[in-house]
Amino acid sequence: MAKSGLLKTFTEPLGKNNPVFVQILGICSTLAVTNKLQNTMVMVLGVTFATALSSWTVSLLRKRIPSRIRMMVETMIIAAYVILVDIILKAYYPEMWKQLGPYVGLIITNCIVMGRVEAFALTNKPLPSLVDGLASGLGYAYVLLIIAAVRELMGSGSLWGYRILGPWWTNWAIMVMPPGGFFILAIAIWVIRETVGKEVSHA
Amino acid sequence: MPSQVTAFAVFFASIFTGNILLTNYLGMCSFLAVSKEMKTSLGLGAAVTFVLTVTTPLNWLVYQYLLIPFNLEYLRFIVFIIVIAAFVQLTEMTLERYSEPLYQSLGIFLPLITVNCAILGASLFMVIREYTFMTSLLFGLGSGIGWLLAIVAMSGIRAKLRTAKIPPALEGPGISLIIAGFMAMAFMGFSGMIAVS
Repeated sequence: MAKSGLLKTFTEPLGKNNPVFVQILGICSTLAVTNKLQNTMVMVLGVTFATALSSWTVSLLRKRIPSRIRMMVETMIIAAYVILVDIILKAYYPEMWKQLGPYVGLIITNCIVMGRVEAFALTNKPLPSLVDGLASGLGYAYVLLIIAAVRELMGSGSLWGYRILGPWWTNWAIMVMPPGGFFILAIAIWVIRETVGKEVSHA
Repeated sequence: MPSQVTAFAVFFASIFTGNILLTNYLGMCSFLAVSKEMKTSLGLGAAVTFVLTVTTPLNWLVYQYLLIPFNLEYLRFIVFIIVIAAFVQLTEMTLERYSEPLYQSLGIFLPLITVNCAILGASLFMVIREYTFMTSLLFGLGSGIGWLLAIVAMSGIRAKLRTAKIPPALEGPGISLIIAGFMAMAFMGFSGMIAVS
């Protein structure tokens, strides 16, 4: 029973409760870096890390956090993990850190992190919260990776920095520019909702 | 270039060519959720503009005079968020005190301003682009106006959309994102006018 519960906690955010398609959360900070697959990978790993560990920490402290200031406490916890991500990136991947610019810091305000903490971690035990955070992060990650792959392929003819398409390919400049991100995300949402099922929109 | 000119260039750039919502995707969550009604959009847009105009220069002062002298730059995320949260609280209390209907209609979205990416984003951009105090102030104001412009335009378009036939799976966020994409393209048209720095 407990085991199947955990499994369900893990699989739901990947499919029918996907944070991006169903809840349309958290696209703010990461959509901006989806014009390159590599940058996106680093960002989604950061988001997954922050979501999982903040959920876990908040869940550990859930009985001690006064409800009046809980948003503040949660934000502090999330910020602490994001600072970790920032410091690690800066130390080991300074080039990547420079390219991502302010977007690493913006993981703090990513609605998914706060959303999972508020909606799940506050009322659940640490282990399920960790799993839920991890799964939400991954559910978010694969969607953004798909978007990034499409944008990089169409916009630069390459994947992960390697040229894939031959010289016959004309780059769609619009894809690596801001409107491209909006269009691809919209199309992705459209396709998923059309094929997987009609979920109720929360927006 | 004299710094005054640069500051105004940054101001206009942050409204049009470097619109924080349409080119950096910041503040999308509230943008998609609140843009259904013109009145609410205006209210939230005004609140965001106010908070941005105040917090960006405020964070500049905190960063220059508190964090840099003590070598605490790595704490900027936490410190900026605290400053912003305090200011949002103030905005909330002011609205509650003086404008009951606006407070009612914004309801749950006010606390969300704290986690509105645009606000923290502006402060982080201000640090990375090494703006001066004046420039940060104008950048905050400009970003706010740009955000307001985008959300109000969006709510106007969405009002028209109610009578339009849209594939069911595209309704809501899907179509909003496509419109946002077109708006981003339209705003790109300004980009020849001012260089974004």
